[in-house]
Amino acid sequence: MSAATILEEEQKHALHSREFGFWIYLMTDAVIFALLFASYAVLAKNSAAGPTSKELFDLGRTSVETGLLLVSSLTFGMASIALMHDQKGRVVRWLIVTLLLGLAFLGMELSEFSGMIDKGAGPEVSGFLSAFFTLVGTHGLHVALGSLGIVVMIAQVLTKGLTAPVRSRLTRLGLFWHFLDIVWIGIFSVVYLPGVL
Amino acid sequence: MLGRLTIEALPFYSWVAMGGAAVTVGGGIAVFLLITWLRAWKVLWTDWLTSVDHKKIGIMYVVLALVMLVRGFVDALMMRAQQAFSLNTEGYLPPEHFEQIFSSHGTIMIFFVAMPFLTGLINIIVPQQIGARDVAFPFLNSVSLWMTAAGAGLVLISLVVGKFSQAGWTGYPPYSGVEYSPGVGVDYWLWALITSGVGSTLSGINFIVTIVKNRCPGMTFMRMPMFTWTSLCASILIAFAFPALTVVAGQLMLDRTLGFHFFTNGDGGNMMMFANLLWIWGHPEVYILVLPAFGIFSEVVATFSRKRLFGYTSLVYATACIALLSFTVWLHHFFTMGSSADVNAIFGIATMIIAVPTGVKIFDWLFTMYKGRIEFHPSMVYTIGFMVTFVIGGVTGVLLAIPPADYLMHNSTFLVAHFHNMLIPGALFGYFAGLNYWFPKALGFKLDTKWGIRSFWCWIIGFYLAFMPLYVLGFKGMSRRMEHYADPSWQPYLIVAGIGALFVLCGIACIAIQLYVSAKTWGSARDITGDPWNGRTLEWATSSPPAAYNFAVLPEVTDIDAFHDMKILGQAYQTPQHYEDIVMPKNTWVGLALGALAFGLGFAFVWHIWWLVALCFVLSLVCVAIRASDDNSDFVLPAAEVARIERERLAEISPADLHDMRDFVPRGVASGAPLTGTV
Amino acid sequence: MGARIAGQKVRAAFRFAATAGLICSLPMLQGCALSDAPVLFPKGPVALAERDLLFTAFGIMMIVAIPAILLTFLFAWRYRKRTRNTADYAPDWDGSWGIEAVVWLVPAAIVVVIGTIVWDATHELDPYKPLASDKPAFKVQAVALDWKWLFLYPELGTASVNELAFPADRPLTIEITSDTVMNSLMIPALGGQIYAMAGMRSEMNLLADGPGTFTGRNTMYSGDGFSDQHFKAYAMNEADFATWKEKVAGAADVLDAKAYVDLHKKSVADPVRYYSSFETDLFSIILRKYAPIVGPYESKAAELICRGAA
Repeated sequence: MSAATILEEEQKHALHSREFGFWIYLMTDAVIFALLFASYAVLAKNSAAGPTSKELFDLGRTSVETGLLLVSSLTFGMASIALMHDQKGRVVRWLIVTLLLGLAFLGMELSEFSGMIDKGAGPEVSGFLSAFFTLVGTHGLHVALGSLGIVVMIAQVLTKGLTAPVRSRLTRLGLFWHFLDIVWIGIFSVVYLPGVL
Repeated sequence: MLGRLTIEALPFYSWVAMGGAAVTVGGGIAVFLLITWLRAWKVLWTDWLTSVDHKKIGIMYVVLALVMLVRGFVDALMMRAQQAFSLNTEGYLPPEHFEQIFSSHGTIMIFFVAMPFLTGLINIIVPQQIGARDVAFPFLNSVSLWMTAAGAGLVLISLVVGKFSQAGWTGYPPYSGVEYSPGVGVDYWLWALITSGVGSTLSGINFIVTIVKNRCPGMTFMRMPMFTWTSLCASILIAFAFPALTVVAGQLMLDRTLGFHFFTNGDGGNMMMFANLLWIWGHPEVYILVLPAFGIFSEVVATFSRKRLFGYTSLVYATACIALLSFTVWLHHFFTMGSSADVNAIFGIATMIIAVPTGVKIFDWLFTMYKGRIEFHPSMVYTIGFMVTFVIGGVTGVLLAIPPADYLMHNSTFLVAHFHNMLIPGALFGYFAGLNYWFPKALGFKLDTKWGIRSFWCWIIGFYLAFMPLYVLGFKGMSRRMEHYADPSWQPYLIVAGIGALFVLCGIACIAIQLYVSAKTWGSARDITGDPWNGRTLEWATSSPPAAYNFAVLPEVTDIDAFHDMKILGQAYQTPQHYEDIVMPKNTWVGLALGALAFGLGFAFVWHIWWLVALCFVLSLVCVAIRASDDNSDFVLPAAEVARIERERLAEISPADLHDMRDFVPRGVASGAPLTGTV
Repeated sequence: MGARIAGQKVRAAFRFAATAGLICSLPMLQGCALSDAPVLFPKGPVALAERDLLFTAFGIMMIVAIPAILLTFLFAWRYRKRTRNTADYAPDWDGSWGIEAVVWLVPAAIVVVIGTIVWDATHELDPYKPLASDKPAFKVQAVALDWKWLFLYPELGTASVNELAFPADRPLTIEITSDTVMNSLMIPALGGQIYAMAGMRSEMNLLADGPGTFTGRNTMYSGDGFSDQHFKAYAMNEADFATWKEKVAGAADVLDAKAYVDLHKKSVADPVRYYSSFETDLFSIILRKYAPIVGPYESKAAELICRGAA
């Protein structure tokens, strides 16, 4: 066997392991979110002297955020399909669309946060708001890192082409992105929906 | 510019603090000078610090653990000395010092002794036991190591710059909140936990993937050595439990730094949530520490009883049961918080159920010894000492699991005695057994057995002297963490406990002497065959120390004791038909850089130096991006080179070095032709 | 000269050895001193029941623990490697259904037995459960402060610091909270402990066998003054309690909101203090100080206590 083929063999095995490892990583992340959800559930009614969820949440805005994120999951799926068909250009285009949707989501979230802080409803006001900002903020941080990942991957696709490692990384980034979508659905139904009811 | 870091952070305010700082700084300078004097910087950099070889990373983990063991033990000695004298007096330590000492003792022993020790042993051994060439993610392994080291560095530097936490190793709020502990101590504690916790999580993921994906042909799950099994279960626990630590430490950090109200008194905080989240990590953590040690005991007891392990299947299931149940009992750490009787009773009973699989393990080891031929190697002696002592700890554990009895014993020295009774024999003795057992595998020469046995006796005598009195003091109503006390009838017990600590000091000294003596005479104690104890599992099939690739040809396995069978069948030490090229990971500085940045980030956060926080964070992202874009991280070791290394190794082994496998044919049993040794 | 110094050294070493030996043997000599261990020799029915539980469980577990320890020594000795060992050697023997059944089922059976006891006992000895008695319980409210205990006696309208007194023939019901970090109130001779947490009310029911003096303390580490945060608890007969009541009622100090704010300040090893009266609803004001939802203050005193001390 030549050095190149044996390296390739080894790389295949390594990428396979990475995908399995990434699933386990996602599980640890899921534990983090589960506990942040639990913390929120414990503190949700502890509004201290500050406003309650009813006074703060706006389902309209949240629905738009939800829409953006759900569609971005769909567009990432389109990128994955393009990847399967080896269409480099379409992969990049769909990734750009996903990135824009992700950034739009982040923008809306940031404006929501700053609006709340301006209204005197920052995280230092009550246990409820601390838990809210931590849970939603941690999700937002993940989306930000995911967006950074998309930027890096667009660059990699453009410079390296659809090589085996690039494909593997794109697959894993896709898992991450869909995972964040699921977490958001959790946030929508545990935080926002009961918050206004 | 420097946040809240001022000249007052230096320890010129007290002699005790200055002493601690001087020892830390002096130690650092001494190491620096020693390396310079040995002209070892280059070797250190290329062969160790940037290495991604699992064996070297494992050795560095164990070195870190041993260094921190000394530091953590000095804390213990100071506490014992204080309490031995502080009847109705302040003793020699003011409360502020005493509190830092018991906080750092617990933190160091759990996070920077036990965790790195077990991670190191798993690193060195598990890939070899499963017939693999490395862990699944060698680079990630290096990151884990340096994250752990960064956490240890934060604890050490707190002795020189600022103070350590005074809130105990569990750091219960609201006391650990910013209102009651405004200094930097708790922040140091939190960042040490967060950085090393991230490192541990990554290790856990790495080991799970390694064990699931990298086993050699024929090694089914039910043919894995026990140590691999317990490591797998411990790794799964790490992956599930450590995120909880990250969450709870992160929340407390937000409370302290940004004025959040997760755990504050009032303003909607809830301190009970901290206790729940902490122990959702904390109880599995106990089993994370103990399970790998159980694996070590299983290997040692089979090897030195010269027998197959009794009840392998039973041990596997018992391990899995313990791992699963460990997530269902966290509430027993706070029965006295006022939960309803139903809740307390359920968690109490769940706790007791864990005693069943644990007891099964003890009996399985016992019956491994039964009808064996036991050799009292230091690691076997540690194992026997463990079995006897651990039973006592198990009994007191079940007592504490009875909620009404716990109302009496909670927060008392009885509790302190109990958990030391679990962790010293159950974890530390296991690691010491592993150290004695696997040392030749890691470094190529055997440890002196005489000093090994001496260290055992000092440790076990010291343990009983130090902790049996604490059980009694619990009955006498003494709380833990008391800087001084007023009851004269407590003092004799505390003096005895202090003497026990001195014995443990001798035990640690014996280990140091053992290392020194063995290193000095290493030529005569060299392990040529790679199998000094007539071992049974695959790690003994490699040379000592193993070549970077461990196995030139991946072995094929048909039973549990794979290497034992190879020796019996005469298949060991054979030259294969041909060698092949082997892919190896290249060394990299990125892991070390990430560790250094994590240290910088933690330090900057502790002192509120925000520009440095941002800088470290951005640089970390850059490092990750550089690494993530590198598709050229492996190289090929040509077959010819592999053949050269292997030929050299096999040429050194003479038939006289090999173990006589006829020992395994019992006298009086007609088994046909005598089994050949090997060759 | 040299010999004399050597002799002195030997004598000094001898003296040291003798002293060390004496110190080591002290706990053994004081074996009888265990009779003052409150957990082993309790002075109330609750603590006694808890201790008995400890003993019962300990006894049952010996069924497994003693064989395990003895067999370890026995096997280690009998099957040790030596030149002529006549004991059996079975290097490939690795399992036995019979032994497995015993080692799984016997401990499991023991856990079933102890588990049943635990279920009943946990309900029986629930600290919140009122104790059966023909006399009404004597109610006390305990507040953990840095680093002292405040006891309010709603029945008497008085209060005391670092001293608890109650009639020996009546059950004692203590309502507990904290106006500082987490504490844990315990009087070992009478029974277990329960946490004191700000904004939360916990409860403990105790009973003394008869008049006596007991030590109580905070067992939960709470900072610099923690070691000195203990108090005497007196179970008194009728006459003594009447005298004590009068003494406290005649105290010059009054625990109004302002005095409470002063008392709340950190202090170590406080002397016993008595107050002839205390602010109305003091206990519930302290509780509401840390309420998860904050409403308007019900009185000036409440506002002073909640804000002045915060």
